[in-house]
Amino acid sequence: MQKSLHINAAKCTGCLQCEMACSYENHGLFNPAKSRIKVFDFEHEGRKVPYTCTQCAEAWCLNACPVDAIRVDAVTGAKVVNVATCVGCKVCTIACPFGTINYVADLGKVQKCDLCGGDPACAAACPTGAITYVDADWTGLDKMRAWAGKTDTATRASA
Amino acid sequence: MAWTRKILRVDLTNGTCKVEPLNMAWAQQYLGQRGLATKYFVSEVDPKVDPLSPANKMIMTTGPLTGTPASTGGRYSVVTKGALTGAIACSNSGGYFGAELKFAGWDMIIFEGRSPKPVYLWLENDKAELRDAGHLWGKTVWQTEEIIKKTHQDPQIRISSIGRAGENGVLYACIVNDLHRAAGRSGVGTVMGSKNLKAVAVRGTLGNAGIKDPKAFMAAAAAGKKVLADNAVTGQGLPTYGTQVLMNVINEMGALPTRNHRDVQFEEARKISAEAMHEKRPTDGKSQLVTNAACFGCTIACGRISKIDETHFSVVNKPEYWGASGGLEYEAAWALGAANGVGDLEALQFANMICNEDGMDPISFGATVGAAMELYELGIIKKEAIGMDAPFGSAKALCDLAMMTAKGEGFGKELGLGSARMCAKYGKPELSMSVKKQEFPAYDARGIQGMGLTYATSNRGACHLRSYTVASEVFGIPVKTDPLVTDGKADLVKAFQDATAVFDSAGICVFTSFAWTLADVQPQIAAACEGDWTLEKLNEVGERIWNMERQFNLAAGFTAKDDDLPPRLKMEPAKVGPAKGLVNGIDKMRPEYYKTRGWDEQGVPTGDTLSRLGL
Repeated sequence: MQKSLHINAAKCTGCLQCEMACSYENHGLFNPAKSRIKVFDFEHEGRKVPYTCTQCAEAWCLNACPVDAIRVDAVTGAKVVNVATCVGCKVCTIACPFGTINYVADLGKVQKCDLCGGDPACAAACPTGAITYVDADWTGLDKMRAWAGKTDTATRASA
Repeated sequence: MAWTRKILRVDLTNGTCKVEPLNMAWAQQYLGQRGLATKYFVSEVDPKVDPLSPANKMIMTTGPLTGTPASTGGRYSVVTKGALTGAIACSNSGGYFGAELKFAGWDMIIFEGRSPKPVYLWLENDKAELRDAGHLWGKTVWQTEEIIKKTHQDPQIRISSIGRAGENGVLYACIVNDLHRAAGRSGVGTVMGSKNLKAVAVRGTLGNAGIKDPKAFMAAAAAGKKVLADNAVTGQGLPTYGTQVLMNVINEMGALPTRNHRDVQFEEARKISAEAMHEKRPTDGKSQLVTNAACFGCTIACGRISKIDETHFSVVNKPEYWGASGGLEYEAAWALGAANGVGDLEALQFANMICNEDGMDPISFGATVGAAMELYELGIIKKEAIGMDAPFGSAKALCDLAMMTAKGEGFGKELGLGSARMCAKYGKPELSMSVKKQEFPAYDARGIQGMGLTYATSNRGACHLRSYTVASEVFGIPVKTDPLVTDGKADLVKAFQDATAVFDSAGICVFTSFAWTLADVQPQIAAACEGDWTLEKLNEVGERIWNMERQFNLAAGFTAKDDDLPPRLKMEPAKVGPAKGLVNGIDKMRPEYYKTRGWDEQGVPTGDTLSRLGL
């Protein structure tokens, strides 16, 4: 079963535990500036929204890379940057429609979410369930279930 | 080494920034943040200093757990001699600023002197620079944050700044970060304003790599988070209702100070409670509360984000206040509401936004309005002096006075003095509900006896965050005690004071102590920090910090006479509720407390106590 990160922004409180977990997993220190998942604060609306790579099936970054540094992980389906091959040309950052592959200046390479090899640290760190790692075929299941619960055929039948 | 081991010393008089190594011997004795910065402060500043003179210093400081995944590990504090109190001040704030300061590589910033012109400090990791703030002076906190982010073309900068209250010398001005989190009490923002320092702006991308044993730390932090999640208060009550969950509870106990402590129950408490914030308004069909929110690293998320009713009189034709904004916490809702008899939830939200926008402590502001309303009702302050009718319960007066105080206009100048100075000026000093010139928070000491001793002996003036015995006396945390008796409160207050000093020195939020004891904090500190951090050592650190602060206050001129409550709480019994007929028993508790502390009858730590604590 392929799994994918599923984000429910309504549950996000903006604690940034995901950013600390991501930077610790990938860089060995607590540093939101190096996190591959970012929480955006729309303060005038009172909304906080975590955002990261959704692992496109037809990945623009992968197709754009001139040195084939981005490969598909056969197990997780993640599009993974091979740091040794990456030349830091940033073409992938232009190609990505969502801005979720980013250049890291002090490394001279790009980075993106690689699903931590199948056990995403952000999802494990999230205290509210705003970030979960679920069956990729059912990323909308929670919403579907919630709406299903509101379906009341009895009322209509009696009307 | 959870510390970065680096201090920035900013000489505002000469416009210089200098790097110093952190005194690691002191870090072992005082841990960080409140304790460690206070150690620096008392070592460098004359206790008799005028708080608003260039000789006073101001320290912004993080703790060893700030900028770590320890739950709530994002706190920072401001240590100085308080403008309102003349006592040692340490005001603590959440939001994101503290963690950003740590990620930029700093344990603390010591500000000295006074800049000849308005400046702000710009920190980009290890690069520190004082910049002209002429264009920011006269601007609100919200405007200041926006302008600085635009100037540096970086929306990810975190900023702590003063609003117009701090510029105008309001004696309870605070320092606001991330739009609506604040180092709130004792007038730390007034001190910042007196130094011509408008803001500190930080971008930190270095991160925090200095955890002693990362694996053990991650396990300890995870265990701590589980305790918070499983606890009814931190796992459910606070995220759902925020601190406002207390409004109806404390009112029912007859411990909700109402109309300048004339009454102990507020007949309109329900209308300004957490429950009311959840209810849909008849005007627009929306609830005031939009969502809850967390500070950096916090897995509790008690923060309130609210939207005011756009049709409310306070914001008609003022769309700048219609967006989501920091909402009512219990203390603000009480001080702006019950303390002056106002039951209009939207008016409270407006006054609270003014406090955030221009950097005023809503507790001291609201309580000072309450004192002014009593003076008005007694006929001592006339309508002409205030410029409006100001009886208890006037939402219009509350909103207008908030704007006037922030801007330093008219009667707002008098309110900006705080209740102690204002009441003294009108010949009624006994009507100021304060200790060491700092106004009481939202618990009536007649209905919760331990809080009387808490207020009287708090090193920063009346405050609930120095020993929150409400936890024990109301909620049974960690053990239930009877709120109506004085027995055992001396020991209880000492235990809470010492433990809280450790929470405040670690970089975490004291609200964790609804679920955590020091035994839950200790494994996190021990795994993060170099040294042997046992529970015994932490308890001693807490007691050492308390006594150090006490010594500074004694040297500043405070005596046992200042460890007292206003006559109203000692002589006017509660009229209704469970505490009916009771006054606070401070005169019985105080000597017991001094004895428990190892202090003499005048409240001075004995030689034995000081040497035991290495002071």
